[in-house]
This record gives sequence, structure tokens and C-alpha cells, in this order.
Amino acid sequence: MKKICILDYGLGNVRSVSNALKYVGAHPVISNTPEILKDSHALIVPGVGAFAQGMSALGKDGLQDSLLEYIKSGKHVLGICLGMQLLFDRGDEFGVTTGLGLVPGVVSRIVPRQQSEVRLPHISWAKVDPNPVHENDGGMFDGLPDKQRKFYFLHSYAAQDVPDQFITGRATYSGYTFVASVKRDNIWGAQFHPEKSGPSGLQVLNNFVKNS
Amino acid sequence: MRLIARLDVKNEHVIKGIHFEGLRKVGNPIEMAKNYYAQGIDEIVFIDAVASLYNRNNLLSVIAKASEEVFVPITVGGGLRSIADIEMALSAGADKVAVNTAAILNPGFITEIAKRYGSQCVVASIQAKRIGHDWEAYMEAGREPTGKKVVAWSKELEDLGAGEILLTSIDQDGTKKGFDLPLLRAVNTIVNIPVMISGGCGNTDHVQDLKEIRPSGVCLASVLHYKINTIDEFKQRLTSINGTR
Repeated sequence: MKKICILDYGLGNVRSVSNALKYVGAHPVISNTPEILKDSHALIVPGVGAFAQGMSALGKDGLQDSLLEYIKSGKHVLGICLGMQLLFDRGDEFGVTTGLGLVPGVVSRIVPRQQSEVRLPHISWAKVDPNPVHENDGGMFDGLPDKQRKFYFLHSYAAQDVPDQFITGRATYSGYTFVASVKRDNIWGAQFHPEKSGPSGLQVLNNFVKNS
Repeated sequence: MRLIARLDVKNEHVIKGIHFEGLRKVGNPIEMAKNYYAQGIDEIVFIDAVASLYNRNNLLSVIAKASEEVFVPITVGGGLRSIADIEMALSAGADKVAVNTAAILNPGFITEIAKRYGSQCVVASIQAKRIGHDWEAYMEAGREPTGKKVVAWSKELEDLGAGEILLTSIDQDGTKKGFDLPLLRAVNTIVNIPVMISGGCGNTDHVQDLKEIRPSGVCLASVLHYKINTIDEFKQRLTSINGTR
């Protein structure tokens, strides 16, 4: 059974992620200490909330350094929602905050502030379309035919200016298309919540565990 | 539109009344949540129907159990009065918390939760009762009038940091006669956050009524609990409204 560490930096729905991992047959370990991190097959960075808060929480207890070291070791990492957003260069929610810089891109509001007729946060089940140019998603959506690629989104911000080669999926809300998933080497990111997206989401987590 | 199963829970039972009164037991909350999940529901809302009255909360074990097998968003409400209550609900497995009475008594509570856990976590719950051509917000599970006008209060809740509104019509609750459309239209127009409408859905035609207003979420209770329509029938109806869902 694969041991998957869920990074508990105080901003994640760690319990939901842990329940979903158990369901797909993995052995989840919730941790906020670098020691346990080292011992796992793969790592999930969950997260709900704001970018600046997320970075400041990672800054505590040397978590950020451990995380970067872990990624450098080549083990698989999946960032979910805020956990994905933190992978990028910076975020501009409540002022500009530097991110982890692991995937090029900037996290901004899905819809420009002046477009006030569009309701935020975006809460819906939206279809994720694969990137037609770069088809290698690393196996993230294996076993999911087009119709089943519907996932639960809950966010107001999304990654922008991401080089096409790292984008594995896009979704649309109110006419605005945004980055729904990314992959760079051993790093996966999902703007949606696989742990809350029914059987399709569980399949994504299963694929993550399998590929780890 | 998201399809949301609403489970009002009293002690260990899902209950359902009419206008929040004459509560009847309709089933086991964990079994019902699992069943609706298996049928493809988008989201589940648990409301503790009595917690607010006696300042207690017995829903946590239900949430903990349900969240082990139900992998869609779970919202918990009823009797959440302090950050400690919120923390317990979230660590039991809730994704969002719904707050009504505590927000009426202390509007800053909404801001406090939003600052700590993010707006996306805060569902402002409003129980609306028609007064002439207007609506008044009620608290304590629809028992106590608050003097607050629903439409102005909903805007205030948005400004305080709520990420979503759960709008329940006390007048329509349990009647299966359809949603309070003027109420929904008034609130949905004034706020710029997603609104879930609750109270009155009796068959799939009532979802058709929402075609123009298009709330973000539709709560279903009696219609599912009494097996009048299936989730699949609702999904098909939504597909015909939207083209795709």
C-alpha cells in the first residue's frame, strides 16, 4: 500500500483528502513535519483559502524548504486548488505574493474585477477539456472518457500566463476559460477538487497514487 | 445549477416538516447521504434542526461517518456559534459551514470565519418569511423573527464575507408547491455571490421554473426523501434546460 503524505499547513480540507485516498486504497498520512514527509511515496498539497495566507502558512516551521526538497527528489506531488495555485510564480489576491515558482504563471481573479456581472466564487461542476496540443497529461485523466471529466470547482482565482506545454486541462465559467490542471515533470496541479468530485475525482486520485 | 440534497437532522434521524413544523422522521442521515451520492447528487447539506435551540451539536459523528464514503461537497449548519464549533465541523469532514442565528446575533462572526477559513467556506443561511410583498429573516430554525429585511440582509452578508447564500423559504418549506421565485429573484439580483434556493421543490417542473433566474444551487428535500422524483430525473430536466448541465 502506498503511503501518501497530505501536507497539513493549516489551510486544507485534509480530512476529505485523506478519506478519498483511503477509498482508493492508499495509505494517507496527515503531517506537518518534514520527517514524515521524507518517508512517503508521494505528497498532496491540499488547500482552501487565500494565496497570501497559504504562502505564509508554508513559511512556518520550514515546511516550504522541505516541500521544495521533496519535489527536487523526483517524488510525485499533487497540488489541489490553493495547493495548485501556490506552485506558480506569484498570486495577486490581497496584494502581490511570491509563490513557490515551480510552474511558470500568475494566479489572478478568474474574471477581471470590472466584470462585476459575473458571480464569484465560481462554484460548479465543470467539464475539463484536455489540452489538444500537449496531450501528455502524465496519466492524470486515465480511464476517464470525455463525458466523465466533470469536476467540482470552488475558487475565485486561477492561474494565468501559464506556458501551454504545462497545461493539461482547461475549463470555462461564464465565458471565461481558465487553467484547470497542470503538469510539470513530477508535479501535478488540479484547480478542481478531486476529493469532492465523485467517482471521476476518485479516479484522478487513483491515477495519482498509481503513478507515484 | 448544482443539485443539492438537503438533510435536516434531529438527533439521529433525518426529519422533514412543513413550514419547519410538524417534523417527521424520514430516515437515517448517513444511509440517505450515501444513497443520494450513489445516485449522483452534486452536493449535500446537513442542517441540525434542533442544535440552535439548545446550543448543542450532535451532527458531528454523522458528518464524520458520511464523509468517509460520500465524495461530494458537504455543508453543515445548525447551531454553529463559535470558531470552536466551526473548527469541529470542518475537522469532522465538512467542506463548508452554514450560519444563520449566530450571524444575526453577531454579524462579525461571518467575517471572522471568512478571514480564518476563506469566504468559500462560509455559507450564509437565511430563513425567509413573507410579510406582504417583502420578506423577514428568521432565526432559531424558523421560530424567531429578527426584524431584518431579507434582501438588505443578504447584501450585508455578502459584504461581511460570505461566499454563498443558502436561501430557505419558510413559507414554501415542505409544501412541495414550488420555490418562492420572487424571493429568489430579489436576492439573486442584489448579491454577486452564488445563491442556493431551498424550500418547496415538489417535482421536476419546479426546477424548470428556475430557468430564467438560474440560481447556483437547488436544494431538494421532500421530493427526494419521499421518492417523488429521482436525482436522475432532475439531471435530465437540467440538461434539457441548459443544453449541457
